[in-house]
Amino acid sequence: MIRIANGQGFWGDSLEAPVNQVRRGPIDYLTLDYLAEITMSILQKQRSRDPRAGYARDFVEMIARVLPDLVERRIRVIANAGGVNPAACRDAVLGVAKRQGIDIRVATVAGDDIMDRLDQLIQRGIELRNMDTGEPLSAIRAQVQSANVYFGAFPVADALARGAQIVITGRCTDTGLAMAPMIHEFGWKADDWDKLAAGTIAGHTVECGAQCTGGNCQVDWDTIPDMADIGYPIIEAEPDGTFAITKHAGTGGRVTVASIKEQLLYEMGDPHEYITPDCVADFTTIHLEQTGADRVRFSGIRGRPATEFYKVSISYSAGFKAIGSLVYAWPDAYKKARAADQILRQRLERLGLRFEAMRSEFVGANGCHGIAAAEPSPEVEPQLAEVVLRFGVRSENRAAVERFTKELAPLVLNGPPVVTGLGGGRPKVEEIVAYWPALIPKHEVTPEVGVWPNEN
Amino acid sequence: MAKRKLIELAHARSGDKGDTANVGIIARKPEYYPILVREVTAERVKQHFAGICKGKVERFELPNLGALNFLLHESLDGGGTLALKADPQGKTYSTALLRMEIDADSL
Repeated sequence: MIRIANGQGFWGDSLEAPVNQVRRGPIDYLTLDYLAEITMSILQKQRSRDPRAGYARDFVEMIARVLPDLVERRIRVIANAGGVNPAACRDAVLGVAKRQGIDIRVATVAGDDIMDRLDQLIQRGIELRNMDTGEPLSAIRAQVQSANVYFGAFPVADALARGAQIVITGRCTDTGLAMAPMIHEFGWKADDWDKLAAGTIAGHTVECGAQCTGGNCQVDWDTIPDMADIGYPIIEAEPDGTFAITKHAGTGGRVTVASIKEQLLYEMGDPHEYITPDCVADFTTIHLEQTGADRVRFSGIRGRPATEFYKVSISYSAGFKAIGSLVYAWPDAYKKARAADQILRQRLERLGLRFEAMRSEFVGANGCHGIAAAEPSPEVEPQLAEVVLRFGVRSENRAAVERFTKELAPLVLNGPPVVTGLGGGRPKVEEIVAYWPALIPKHEVTPEVGVWPNEN
Repeated sequence: MAKRKLIELAHARSGDKGDTANVGIIARKPEYYPILVREVTAERVKQHFAGICKGKVERFELPNLGALNFLLHESLDGGGTLALKADPQGKTYSTALLRMEIDADSL
């Protein structure tokens, strides 16, 4: 049995979680996810300004904190912290090790970045059509900011086989980060579909960190113990593809069949075919069993052969937006917020401003659930303590969005009464970087695995 | 038949894939699952999210988990960074669906 811990559910997750996973109980592997779909474009911009940037710096700081513990406890680390510059991330980590006087082997998995090959691919008839809309990439080619293939678990397993203690990848599936140790330790083959499906589902369960150990859990949420010290998930994986999900003893949170089921359904599409580069996993075959306190066992998982394609994550600039808000207080808070919304719309109209999208929400009345929540009842409505008018616009035209940002503040003095909430100043104009999912035949791209200090 | 709020019978989690939201609902007791299958149809979910879900609703059954998964296409104002919504990832759609009233004789 091997223990694979998740210490980071997304870039921006708890800085203490990976440290706790390393120090507060036994684990063999620590996996960390730093890349959201949009993150790559931010990192691409950083690299264009500085050739040594373009990776998750939080990761390097985390390694600096725990490197002696990692070595002493023989824990190996796998992270997609490389972003668009895995080599620079590797050099930063090797620099930390050198300063601490520790010898380590660091691997990178690269080759996922196809930005420089886009035109050539399109010319050869690989259209990189948007998986949702069917449009070919040529429609937005000029706006593309980054393009990265999602690799699976096998290149990472290769890096582990070559002795790496820390594996830094570029774009790689979250599930692949967690499954790679199973492939490496148990010798799973590329056509062990049931085992690969099990490893993939283990990875999916832990990929959002504490969201499977009691975080964001709806069942008896107010009795979940010590949420302030919530434990992050650990996979206890067996060679036959069965596994248990647990957390370190003495940490807060709760691992139950209910908390696990909620995470299994997160971002779920067709449960019969959860497609990764490694296999197609069938979520309708999962058997769950509570086998102890904070321990849920998985068995029975079946999988099918992988597809011939990798998914590509492409980011492109898609205009500008700005969102601002005003807070209206009792009495008649909702009525005032609605009146302000109408006044604002009339003023934007008089200015002749055109937007691709314009949206108002009334936070405190029905902002989250919209029409499903319906209108507040006539008894409740005038008594609401406050309602936030949240107003946003989107346009290709930056000047129009900029002009909108100057129309919110005047409403404090020249609109409905008892209003506040401008502490943050005018809303900021944001450049929108949107996401374009596509597919590419697997034979078009090859993962590049390297280990440093150089094996030769 | 007695009317019950779905939240008495199920818990849920929701998320996004581009402009599509997914809402998974899970029976709080095994005997509630057939009620969910009978009552919470794709058509009813589409109707429940009228004005929010502009595309089709697909339903998938997971009897092994006592769960149903719904895909609500064109429901996130363009999705991701394009959306102007406070909840562009549909993270609160889980309990939006649990507001639904269904027929449930005895619980």
